[in-house]
Formats: sequence, structure tokens, C-alpha cells
Amino acid sequence: MDIFLQQLINGLVLGSVYALVALGYTMVYGILELINFAHGEITMMGALVALAVIGALALAAPGLPGVLVLGAGLAVAIPVCVALGLVIERVAYRPLRNAPRLAPLITAIGVSIILQNVAMLIWGKQYIPFPAILPEGRHQVLGATVSDIQIAILVLAVLIMLALILVVQKTRLGRAMRATAQSRQVASLMGVDVNRVIAATFAIGSALAAVAGVMVSAYYGLAHYYMGFLLGLKAFSAAVLGGIGNLRGAMLGGLLLGLIESFGAGYIGDLTGGFLGSNYQDVFAFFVLIAVLVFRPSGLLGARLVERA
Amino acid sequence: MSALLAVHQLSVAYGGIQAVRELSLEVKPGEMVCLIGANGAGKTTTLKAISGLLPPHAGSVHFDGHSITRLPAHEIARRGLSLVPEGRGVFPRMSVAENLMMGAYARNDRAAIARDLDEVHALLPRLTERRAQMAGLLSGGEQQMLALGRAMMARPRLLLLDEPSMGLAPLMVQAVFDIIRRIAARGVAVLLIEQNAHLALKTCARGYVLENGVIALSGNAADLAADPAVRQAYLGG
Repeated sequence: MDIFLQQLINGLVLGSVYALVALGYTMVYGILELINFAHGEITMMGALVALAVIGALALAAPGLPGVLVLGAGLAVAIPVCVALGLVIERVAYRPLRNAPRLAPLITAIGVSIILQNVAMLIWGKQYIPFPAILPEGRHQVLGATVSDIQIAILVLAVLIMLALILVVQKTRLGRAMRATAQSRQVASLMGVDVNRVIAATFAIGSALAAVAGVMVSAYYGLAHYYMGFLLGLKAFSAAVLGGIGNLRGAMLGGLLLGLIESFGAGYIGDLTGGFLGSNYQDVFAFFVLIAVLVFRPSGLLGARLVERA
Repeated sequence: MSALLAVHQLSVAYGGIQAVRELSLEVKPGEMVCLIGANGAGKTTTLKAISGLLPPHAGSVHFDGHSITRLPAHEIARRGLSLVPEGRGVFPRMSVAENLMMGAYARNDRAAIARDLDEVHALLPRLTERRAQMAGLLSGGEQQMLALGRAMMARPRLLLLDEPSMGLAPLMVQAVFDIIRRIAARGVAVLLIEQNAHLALKTCARGYVLENGVIALSGNAADLAADPAVRQAYLGG
């Protein structure tokens, strides 16, 4: 029971981070039918920029409360990532808006490699530790352990997702985003500046990625120039699992993937008689991706029928 | 009275083909004008070029005395020129109510928007019944009504209609054209494209006949309808 509950908690926490990153993939795909493979690297940039700020502050003003230091890290990382997302859209994707679909996909991979290398030049190849500035409280719940960081990640992720749903469903920008996703041409006939809506979509996705990057590095206690690769692939798998282009699908897919990974890693040792260990955790995302692509390519919440125009 | 829309020597290439050549036409404020012609004559291309969806490679378009020739589509829409595209172009995964709100996207006069919404519902009671339904689930005729209602929500001075009768049952065509006449009666100018030349010439005051990207004839709708060449080519003899 306690192991089950522990894996459930770990899975939900991890899954909520995947969900935040998956939202960035799915929003951009929904509007442009483009898989922004550089999105994982934006998450990595968010983590490393925040860590640089947090590290500097922790050295310069050791007395500051950890939450404040973390907030400062986020306050710098979010605008940096938003700017990065806007520049990538403007420079790498917009000129290819009407090109064959393979072209922006290859560009996206190129941008992702560039960002990895830029990060490596700035921060080096080593793992950068997350300074011990956060409260390390742990709570016992029915035999499982929950840390303050886990609670904070889960609560913050859920609040952000609720806010995003509200923005997309209820605001003028959200309506414009949905209209643009359904038909760029007709949206422009309504007076929607489609380029601005697309830029806003990249900005929102990049802000979520920045937050997710900080969460991951706080959770695992480190960051690294290559961390965006695997995280990005997993979040992409989560978006596909939920049905790419579908916001609720990305949230559901992220949470499910987190749970699958967590339970898979927790029980794979028992199931294989110790032959495979929890270090195979990363495999599950790709099993899921392959299974979804084979059995239900439109994802759990994706539309299966071609819609009437 | 000076023209609300003045298209001068417009040429548009589409997919490497010169689809429209040196086309000139005018619509005066409040006037109903039709552009008729066979399939592939360049009617849709003309409307797309006027509304900014296709860049013309020569010629000019003036709206209300100002050049809108190479403005992006959203800027043109914001000036009071609304295109109801071929195939209606409703947002299928938005409710009827949200589609109507999208029509008023560029406006921020809340009170007037609410009044216009009431007027649209009065004009199109069928939409009122279905306001919570997804637009993709409406029938073709209802989608056409929604597209018209949505265009009205922008408070346009000129409405460009691309084949509003396409794919509709005869009774529904009557209903849609009845609505178009009532919209025009409020002082909105209309430039109508139709393959159904008979209906178009009956509805509008003036008309242009487009053949292979060139204006072949123009004049009063009644004169065009009586013209032997037009009767032969478009009205079934």
C-alpha cells in the first residue's frame, strides 16, 4: 500500500511537470501543425537561467528566504524563455510558414541543437546543482512521504493549468487562438492579427516551459545542458498520448505518463524478477509513444473524424 | 456618389496562372452588385485579392477613398469590409454564440456589440435556438446563416459574399437570399459572387460578367438579364 501510494504521488508530481511542457507542444501544434522540437531546450534554458540567478543570489545574499530566491530565478527565467520562444518563431518558423511540412520540422531540430550547444558554451557540460535554498520538509501521508517541493510543484502546476484553460476558453486572446487554430484564413477575415496570435502562443508555451524547467531542476536537484532533450521527448510523447493539439489531452497525457513511468519504475524490478531495474524508467515514455501511434494515433482525446469545415 | 469600393486594373496570379487580368469594378455605398461568371472565371480570386487573402501583382483597391491594396487581411477587415468566404468558413469547434462573438473581434464597444447581437438574433432566429451548439454540427444552410450573422457582427460597410447559395437546397437558398436582401436594406453594400446568375441578377441592382479573368460585360442587372449573350451563357437560353 505505501509503495503504491508513494509511486502515485511521485507519478502525479512528475506528470504535472510533463503536462506543463506538453502544453507548449500541443498549443503550437494546434495552431501551426508544427512540432516545435526546440521546446524541450526552452525548458532547459529556463532551468539553467533560473539556476544562474538563484546561485548568484544565494552567494550574494545568503540570508534571503529560499522562496524569494526561487521567485527571482523564475522572474528572470520566464521573460528570457518568452523572448527566446518569440525569436525562434520569428526567425526559424515564420519564414517557413508556407513551406512543405518537413522543412520547419528539420529547422526545429536544428534550433534545438543550436540551443543545446549555446547552453553548453555558457554553462559547460557538467551537472549544475540546485542550491539548497528550499525548505526540505517531508510529510508522512498513509505511509508515503511527500516533500514540500512535491506539494509546491503539484499545486503550482494545477493552478497554472486552470489559468490556462480559463485564458483559452474565456478571453479574447483565447478565442482568437482557437479561431486561428481552426482556420488561419478565416480568423484573419475576423480582424485577428494571426501573426500576433501565433507569437502569443509561443510566448505562453515558453513561459510554461520556463516554470517546468525550474520545477524539474528543483525536484531532481540539478540542471544540465542536455536535460531538455529527454524531457522534451517525454512531454511530446505525453502530448501525443493525450491527442496532440488538444489542451486537456496534454494535461491528461502528462499526468498519465508521469504515473506510467513512476509505477513502471517502481514495479519493473518485481515484474522481471530483478532482471530490469528502475533505471529503465525512461523507456516507458517511448513504449507509450509507440503504442499510441500504433493503436490510437489520434491520442486519447484527439478527434478521430475529419471535421466538417 | 463616390464609390465605397473601387477596384482599378487589378491583376492577380494564382498558382502561376494569371487568374484575373486588369479587372476594374465599383460598388457604391449601400449598393448591391453581383459578379457572375462560370466556374474558374476568377470570381473567388477577385474577392480574395480585394479582402487581402491573395496579393495582387498589379492594380489597386480603394475602400472608402483609401488604398487597401496590399494591407493584410485583418487590417482590411477592421476597416469595415467583411468577406463571407466560399464554403462559409464557420469555426466548426466553436459554438454558434462564440462564432458570432468572433465577428465582433475587432470591436470594443460592448454596448453596441450587445445591441448588434440582439439584431442578429432577431434577423436569424434559427441561430438563437442553436446558440450553444457547435457550429460544425449545423446544416449547410444554418452555417451560411451563421456566417452572415457573424459578418454582421463586424458592422461592415461592405459585405463580400462568395457563392452563398452553394450546396444549399432551393428553399434554403431562398431563405439565405432573403436575409441578404434584409441586410442590404440596412444600408450595407453587397458585392455578391454567384454561379446562379439568374438569382444574382434578380437580387442585385448592377452586375459584372467575368469571363476568363476579364470583365466581359457590365451594367444594370435588368439589362444584363435581358442581354442575349448573357442569357445564352448563364441563364440557360
